Amino acid sequence: MLTKTPRPLRNGSNGKNGKNGKNGNKSPRVAELPKIDTLTDTRDILAHAAKEARQSDYFIVDVDAHVTETAFWPDVIDRMESDVYRQMARAFKGRGPAPGLLNSTPGMLYQDVFGRIPHQQRLGEAVPGGHTHAQVTLVQRAMDSMGIDYMVVFPTPMLVLGMHPQVETEVVVGHAFNKWLTEEILPHDPRIKAMLYLPFNHPEESLKAVETYADNPSVIGFSVTSTRFRAVNHDSYMPLYSAIQSTGKPLAFHSGFHWGDQSMQQCNRFISMHAISFVYYNIIHMTNWIINGLPERFPKLKVIWIESGLAWVPFLMQRLDSEYMMRSSEAPLLKRRPSEYMADMYYSSQPLERSNLDLTEATFKAMRADTQLLFASDWPHWDFDLPNSITSLPFLDEQAKRNILGLNAARLFNLEVPKHKMIGAKTKKAPAVCEPVTA
Amino acid sequence: MDEVAIAKLNDIPDGDYRVFALEALEVGIFRTGSKVLAYENVCPHAGGPVCQGKIFHKVEEVITPDRKSAGLRFGKARHIVCPWHGYEYDLATGCHPGDPSLRLTPVKVAVRDGRIYISVPE
Repeated sequence: MLTKTPRPLRNGSNGKNGKNGKNGNKSPRVAELPKIDTLTDTRDILAHAAKEARQSDYFIVDVDAHVTETAFWPDVIDRMESDVYRQMARAFKGRGPAPGLLNSTPGMLYQDVFGRIPHQQRLGEAVPGGHTHAQVTLVQRAMDSMGIDYMVVFPTPMLVLGMHPQVETEVVVGHAFNKWLTEEILPHDPRIKAMLYLPFNHPEESLKAVETYADNPSVIGFSVTSTRFRAVNHDSYMPLYSAIQSTGKPLAFHSGFHWGDQSMQQCNRFISMHAISFVYYNIIHMTNWIINGLPERFPKLKVIWIESGLAWVPFLMQRLDSEYMMRSSEAPLLKRRPSEYMADMYYSSQPLERSNLDLTEATFKAMRADTQLLFASDWPHWDFDLPNSITSLPFLDEQAKRNILGLNAARLFNLEVPKHKMIGAKTKKAPAVCEPVTA
Repeated sequence: MDEVAIAKLNDIPDGDYRVFALEALEVGIFRTGSKVLAYENVCPHAGGPVCQGKIFHKVEEVITPDRKSAGLRFGKARHIVCPWHGYEYDLATGCHPGDPSLRLTPVKVAVRDGRIYISVPE
């Protein structure tokens, strides 16, 4: 049974009673609220979200949130299989912001807008010692504040590890992270799930990760960090996709940014690079995935596209459809238009573009959001979304909101829905795609 | 509308601010000299605790007569920055610099006899 973590009563500091109602009415109780900084408790940062959460009964699955693995880097290093790499990683200790063996990317420290968004800079709040891991406590505080029933966690600086010039480093770090996550974090709370890191620049080692964790109930899928220069259609990946398909668990492409990418170096401001980068990598991977007929080769493989927002989806649907109809000979495996394959895939909602709600509504319609869209917060990153990013959309009916917030994910990942939140939940499985083409 | 004494003016240093909760109403009080402004502690973007954020001066870009960029500088206008997502609002107007329709909700405030009073909706 899913239960929230015990939560102590929290009051604003310096609470006192007002006594000076001019009209003689009983004055409201006055409490002072703290300024928010890097030491502020997550529950205080998200106190407004908690108010909203207390007023709703939504079942919510957050399919994309993050741990800060570098805050516990010695524990990750300890799990590196190679003693040489362990020594190398430890040798970097105290020598700069990027912990040993990680490739720092230009702009990583720009994310908090130079001190304006403290929780992006650091979650330096006090956490109780003892049995529960500090990272688990941080995740639980966020979940409870936002009313989230399950949270799927991904790494943070490792999102750019696919750009590391040493393939073997991605392998060593990736495997060590997976061990740390499955040994230290996931066992503490059944509400915390993961789509484990695939060291994708090494197809065989990625397959090894799938074989190792396929039966772990807290591992509900596998992920490729999209920020890399690899053609996802390369034949070397076919055994990997086949193995993931056999597990019945989804494959996710989690996007990111890299200012070192030569294309992105044309952008002189972080905002420009960040806005484009997250979309750019997933557009390339999606295009290769579709045009090379991977949905036909692996018709039961469920694919999720994470952290690229949604506006790119109708753009690419139309673009690929248009070109495919003129050049179908270059995509002979396709039996349908590219947009139809894209509409069978899953997408995470964050960062949800909603400055023009007419466009947002059209996007939802094109991607069949009622069944294919999965809520994501991206907490604790600076452009995180709350559940109200979905509940406030005026064009969604109540059932669509419930599907997007959690029920689509429950079906996709086979997650238990608490009885009191079963409103609108269906036991029906996600729609199947076409049968494979045989050689 | 009830008026509530919320703090002494001298409790807030010149240029500083404090945030108070009066049951459901949360209010940021911003002092400049003998003047005070008050806004609801709710960001119009996503409902964040905007007044609990930091104050930054508005960033400006200097353009030369031949339309080249001469770099960035801090201007005089002061912005309160929502700590959730970085939305900035001019303290004097409550408006977002790029979209004036996105605006903080002002709260009626007065200073009498060294005390700050805010008007609380009933």
